[in-house]
Parts: sequence; structure tokens; C-alpha cells
Amino acid sequence: MLSSKKAVKYGVYLAAITVFFALVLLPPILGIIIKWNTMQQVLNQPELMSRALSAIENSFTVALFVSTIDVVAGIPMAWLITRGKSKWLNVLDTFSDIPFIVPTAALGYSLLLFWNGSEGVSALFGSTLVSPGWLLVILLHFTFSYPVVVRVVVGALLDYKREYEQASRTLGAPPFTASRTVTFPILKFSLIAAFILAFARSMSETGATIMVAGMFENGPVFIQNMKNDFSDKIINQATYEGSIVFASFILIVVSCIIFALIRIFGPKLKLPLKRVWPHAERKLSYSKATSSRNGITLLIFFAIVLIPALFVALPAFEAVFTQPLPNAVFGVGIWGEYWQSLILSYTLGAVVTVLNIIIGLPMAILVARRKFGTLPSAILDLLVNIPLIVPSIALGVSLAIFWKENFPFIPEMWLLIFAHLAITYPYFVRSMSAAVERISMDTEEAARTLGAKPLGVFRTIILPLTKYSILSGAIIVFTRSVSETGATLAVTTLRTAPVVLVNWVKQKAPLDIGLGCGFLILFSFIILLSLRVIVRGKGRY
Amino acid sequence: MPDVRIVNVTKKFGKIVAVDNVSLHIYDKEYFSLLGPSGCGKTTLLRLVAGLIQPDKGEIYIGDKLVNNVPPEDRDIGFVFQTFALFPHMNTWDNVTYGPRVKGFDTERANTIGHEVLEMVRLHERLDAFPSELSGGMMQRTAVARALAAGAKLLLLDEPLGQLDAKVRNELRYEIRRMAKDLGLTAIHVTHDQSEAMAISDRIAVMKRGKILQVGTPKEQYMNPKSIFVAHFIGESNFLEGYVLSESDKKALIELRGGIKVSAVNNAMKNGERVVLAIRPEVFAIERGAKKGENSVLGVIERVSFEGTNMQYEVRLENQDLVVVVKPSLIGEWFNIGEKVTLSFPPEKAHVFTYPETGLREETSVE
Repeated sequence: MLSSKKAVKYGVYLAAITVFFALVLLPPILGIIIKWNTMQQVLNQPELMSRALSAIENSFTVALFVSTIDVVAGIPMAWLITRGKSKWLNVLDTFSDIPFIVPTAALGYSLLLFWNGSEGVSALFGSTLVSPGWLLVILLHFTFSYPVVVRVVVGALLDYKREYEQASRTLGAPPFTASRTVTFPILKFSLIAAFILAFARSMSETGATIMVAGMFENGPVFIQNMKNDFSDKIINQATYEGSIVFASFILIVVSCIIFALIRIFGPKLKLPLKRVWPHAERKLSYSKATSSRNGITLLIFFAIVLIPALFVALPAFEAVFTQPLPNAVFGVGIWGEYWQSLILSYTLGAVVTVLNIIIGLPMAILVARRKFGTLPSAILDLLVNIPLIVPSIALGVSLAIFWKENFPFIPEMWLLIFAHLAITYPYFVRSMSAAVERISMDTEEAARTLGAKPLGVFRTIILPLTKYSILSGAIIVFTRSVSETGATLAVTTLRTAPVVLVNWVKQKAPLDIGLGCGFLILFSFIILLSLRVIVRGKGRY
Repeated sequence: MPDVRIVNVTKKFGKIVAVDNVSLHIYDKEYFSLLGPSGCGKTTLLRLVAGLIQPDKGEIYIGDKLVNNVPPEDRDIGFVFQTFALFPHMNTWDNVTYGPRVKGFDTERANTIGHEVLEMVRLHERLDAFPSELSGGMMQRTAVARALAAGAKLLLLDEPLGQLDAKVRNELRYEIRRMAKDLGLTAIHVTHDQSEAMAISDRIAVMKRGKILQVGTPKEQYMNPKSIFVAHFIGESNFLEGYVLSESDKKALIELRGGIKVSAVNNAMKNGERVVLAIRPEVFAIERGAKKGENSVLGVIERVSFEGTNMQYEVRLENQDLVVVVKPSLIGEWFNIGEKVTLSFPPEKAHVFTYPETGLREETSVE
């Protein structure tokens, strides 16, 4: 599709595959293998090992719990957005995306203020409502993964053929029964996908979790604590390397096993379809039950997701009228570093986005159009998704080992780019391959019969038709990269904006942090908005 | 008893009026068709009866009950969708017994009903098959069985044969009618295929742009179309334009283009009125050479098509109008391209309509 000449065409595809293996897939695996022996250090220290294992267990417990709650609470929200009749639902739909664009580090601080700060909900109760610890971690993970689930389920409900549900209604099923026995079983795969995405997000998140974790340790926090202990010279290098390799290895392996189990057993999961309780389900279908369901859904959304996510706006506003603003504008004190980190974050985000488009697009076409046959494409599809489910700090740790051991001369900036590329790559390829798959082969063939060469088909058909998907893929990549903390901490001493914010939280300067978060949100928002405007100006397809 | 009364019902989608102040009475145990071109509002009307959408104005009664605010599950209907909408995650048996189960019937009763309806549609051997494993005809029969199993007395069918091959379609249309009649159901069948509607309906309502143009038996619709559109949409018609020259009690003398004079039954026409004559292709008699007589018009054969049962001739009349004539191919003589012929028709077989304000092309448009 990319070019008319076979050699060039396969050259492009092979290059895409080679880059994928060389930069994304193999380095993390080889990184672990290189340092395999260091794990002995942990095995020799039972206390350290049990601490590492319990941290990892915490990661999985939190991720499983949060993604389950996400799906349970996300379905009614998605239902309300797609099926409700009020014109306010558009606004609600837009609101539900806000936690998406708030970088997680800012989100973490916002939640800390809301649940724990003296001006947050705690003020209502006179004492601290939620202290940093496991509960705050769960609240945080729910806040950032809930919009992911809502987005996926909304998409699935919009694509869903309503006739199935209508058929069920004409056969005598009240709305609740119809959705339980027909709609959601048909959408099962989307629900599983939503669960996996939420699960992966929860497993990976590092920056914000460090802010709110307190004494609580999950996998990423453990790795970061070991790093701190090493730089504070509390532990020696061997113990440090051993512990992070051990934790990363277990995180990667268990994540892959869980992912595989969900993939295998998810589709076989039988929902209780056969039994029907006509009286109870009829009651659940109409006015009182639906309005209380909608009420609870909105309450959860506003009280646990939206307001906590935006709470950081308060100190940010306060900072605007006090000393922090002039300090910030003139780059006084800590602000000099902040602006540098912000420039680094956005440059990094932009470079990674462009790289994704260049190397991700041919891969997406390969996967979607099964260029090398069905089985190789299915295998590629699976491999591409692996970095998605691997916790990003673990990915970063093993990636850093690989590059630093084998290519010590590589600049740190490159490492940072490689790490972010590995993390964001699956998001881009997934959304693009889905978009390419939606283009009917007939359209491409029609262009060919009209005389277009394969490269022409790509330029005149595929590219215009997938323009929006490229944009949405780019937005996901960009926001993910700007938010990413775990992998950044693992591979480099360079400080991106979220890393700087995480450090500030330790030093406690609420107004500065608020303002810093505010700037981060504001600039991210402006960049995303202008991306949308630029594309929209050229017409829709 | 489920007769259906639709009273002054209007349904709009944005600015589009899909159903425009429609009133209709469908009798108990009747097999009724809603017929019209795509976008005429027939499916919308059916969905209004099913309760899948709500009317903006007007009332719908099923039996004696006003059902405007009754949800579809409480209307006691069976609905067959154009795409069948078989639940892809359930096999034939689970699809068919879905209705009895969600209505809370005990297992034994649900099973009995399931076996009965599957017997009726002859699908017993494919109980375990999922919809993706069934042929089009089987899916259609499963969809009908599922609608019947719910035990409803009102069967609503939305283009139920639209997705099937011609042969299967012809077989199944009689089968559906037979089942509806055997079970004493009232059926409303939506279709854009006039031959399907003619073949199976007790009565037909012809719809265009949200309005009902004519309700009647297939024979009435064919023999006495009340509008140019019905004459055009049900069967075939040749349309000839002209003016009323003179009219008496029974007959009107009409001058066609080019000064050709013909007579037709007077339909309350006025002198000088611009009219359209609609004549079915099979009404014309065709003779070789120039012959004189009442309603005789000369012409030249321009095209001949052999259609198996019939011969179809396109004849260019002396006034340059083109008409289509159909004759049984195995009865009478055949004609060749270029032959001069005389066409004639009995006055009582020509339908006279006032010339439409919007023009003939617009009036017969099925867009």
C-alpha cells in the first residue's frame, strides 16, 4: 500500500518491524536477562523479598479492585451519556474527558489537596478525611482510569446495533432485562478491553501514586523507594539493582499472565443469561430505579472524579494573585527548573508523537491488512500490545539496563525518547489499526481500478480517511508521554514536568505546586485544542 | 382482539416529517401491508405501532387500549426485523425461547412453545446453531419463530424478506401468510416490493412522503388506482398527457399531444382541463398495420424484449410519445422492430387524472 515498487514496499514494512523489535520489544526483555544474576541479592534477603512481593501484590490488588469498580461504575455513566435524552449530556460527555487531559502528576496533587488538604473535604469534617495511603491510592487510580472505561464503553454503545435491544423489548423484556441479557453480553469484548486498559493504567501509574502513597508501597513506589534509598546510600548498588530487577521481572511476568488469562477466560465468562426475574427486573427498569441509578452515577462522577481532579485549580487561582505568579513568570528560584522541565516534557511529547506516526503507521497497516498473512499479523498484534500491559516503571528499569550496559555512550535524552516510545507505541498502533480496518477494502480497490498506484491509494484514500484517528492517536500518545513519570524516573536523571512536581510535593509549597499543575494543565489543554482546530479547519470526513 | 387503530399520527425527525397525520384501521386477523418506496415512512409507522418510537401527535390503539405510553414489551406484539436481529450470542433454541423466558413462563411451558414454533418453521434440526451458522432463509424462519413464540396476536414485519434471494423470498412470503392465518394473527407487513404486497395481503396501504395515498385490496389498488402515484407504483402504467375536449355523463373526449383524440370514462373532468391518462401495458391491443377504430393510435415498434412469459414492446406513437405494451408470449403473433402497428384500448380501462401541479415526473418519483 505504501509504494508501488515491491522492494520499497516490503522495505518500509520490514523497517517498521525491525524498529519495533529493536526499540520497543527486545530491549526491556534483554535488560532483565542481562541482570538476571543480580536477583540473587533479593533472594538472599528474605525481608527485602517479602517487602518487594507485598508491594507487587498491592499493585495487583489495587489494579484488580479499581478496574472492577471502574467497569461497574462506568457502565451506567456510558449508558447515561449515550442513551439519555437531555441536551446537557453533551456537556457531561466533555466533562468526562477532563481527567484524561489532566496529567496524572497534577491529578495526584489535586486529589491530595481535595481528600487530605485542610481546604478540601476534610475542612467539612474538621479532621483529615483521607490520609495518604492505600485508600487515597485507590481513589486516585479510580479517578484516572474511570474516564478510560467510560470512553471505551461509550464508543462500544455508539457502534452497537440498537436493533438487538429493540428485538428483545418487542419480545417482552423490560429495559433492564434487555440490556442484561442482550446488549452487554454482545458488548462483552469491549467491556473486557475497557477492563484491561483500566488495569494496565493502574499498574503503570507512578508519579501521582508516589505523591499520595504515604507509607503504602505498590510495585512502582517500591522501585522508586529503592532508587531513593540507593541515592541516599542506605543500600548498596547490588541490592538496589537486584531489587529493581526482581520487582520489574515479577511485575512483567505476572502482568503478562493476568493479561493472557483475561484474554483466554474473558470470552468464556458466562453472564447469568438464562434466568430472568420478571418482577424485580421490571422494577429496576423504570423511573424510580433509573433516576436513583443516574443520581448515584452523577454523584460518583462529580464527587470522586471531576471535582477532586480539578481541585488543584483553587491554589492555582490563589497563586495568581500572590507572590508565586511573578516568581513563576520571571523564573525565580525553583521556577527556572520548572520551565526547563516543561519545555523538556512538551518537546519529548512532540518527538515521541512524530516518531510514533512514522514507525507506527506502517505497523498499523501491517496488522490491519494482514500483509504477511493472518497468523503473523495476529502474532504482531499480540506483541505490539505487550508494552501496554507492562507497568511502565518496570519497562523503564529494564530498558535503562539494556541501553546503559550495552551502549553507555547513548545520551540520556535518547533513552528518554526510547522509553516513552516503547510505552506509547501500542496506544498509537492500536487506534490506527482499528481505523485502517474500518476502511472497506472495496474503497481501496475502487481507487486501484480507477488507476491509483498503491502509494496514491495511501495518500488519497487511507490518509484522508484516517486523519481523525491519527489525530486522536497523536493526542493519546502526547498526553500519555507528558503524564508519564515511572519510566522517566527509571531511565534518566533528566527532569520532566511531572518529575519536578513530584519532587515539589515532598518539599511542600502548595501555591507553587498548584500553579505548576495549573500551567501544565493549561498548556496541555491549549496544545490539544489547537491540534483539534487545525484538523477541523481542513474539513471532516 | 387485536385490531390496530392509528388516529391522526404524526412523527417528525428534526425537520423531516416521516409520518404525516396518518389515520388507519387494521382489522382483527387481517394480513395488512404498508407499501411504498424507501423513505416513505412505512417503517416509521410500524415502529410507532411497536412502541420503539413515540408519536409527536395522534393516538395508537391496539385492541381497545390506547398504547401511546405503553412500552414495547407490554404491547404484546411480535416484531420481525429486516436484518432479523437474531441475538448473535444465543443459539436458535435460546433465541426462540427468549420471549417466553423473559415473560416469566415456567421452563416446561417455554419448552413446549419452543418446540411448537420450531416445528412450524421446520427448524428442529438446527437447535444448537448460532445465527452466524444459518443461511438467510433459516435466519428469517428463526426470526419469525422467535416473534411467534412470544405468543403475541399482533405480528409486525419490517421488510422481513428484503435480505433474501428471489427464490427463497417467493417461497417464504406465502409461508409467513399461512402461519399468520393458521394462528389467527393480525399482521402488518412493511415492504417496498409491490408484487410481494399484492401476493400476500388482504389489504394494502400505499404510502408516499409520510402520507397514505390509498387503502384497499390488491385488486382495488390495481384496478382502480386513485392517484397517478398508485397507478405508477402498483403494476406498470403508461402515462399520456392531454386536454379534455368535451365531456358528457359517462365519457370524456381527450385530445392527446399531437392532436390524437381518445375517449375515456369521465371522472368528473371539466372541459379544457389538463389531464394524464394512465393505461396498463397489458390493456393495449396491438395489430399489424394501420387500422381505424375507437381509441386507435398508430405507432412503430422501437424495441422488443422477450421476457419468457411475456413479450414486451416499446412503441413510438405518431405523436412521439413512447408506450410499453405487454402480450403473453405464447398467445398471438409476435412483432418486429420497425413494424408499423395500431394500438387500441377500451375507454373504461384508461384512468384519467388531473395533471399534477408539480409535474408528472415529480408525481411519479419514488425518491
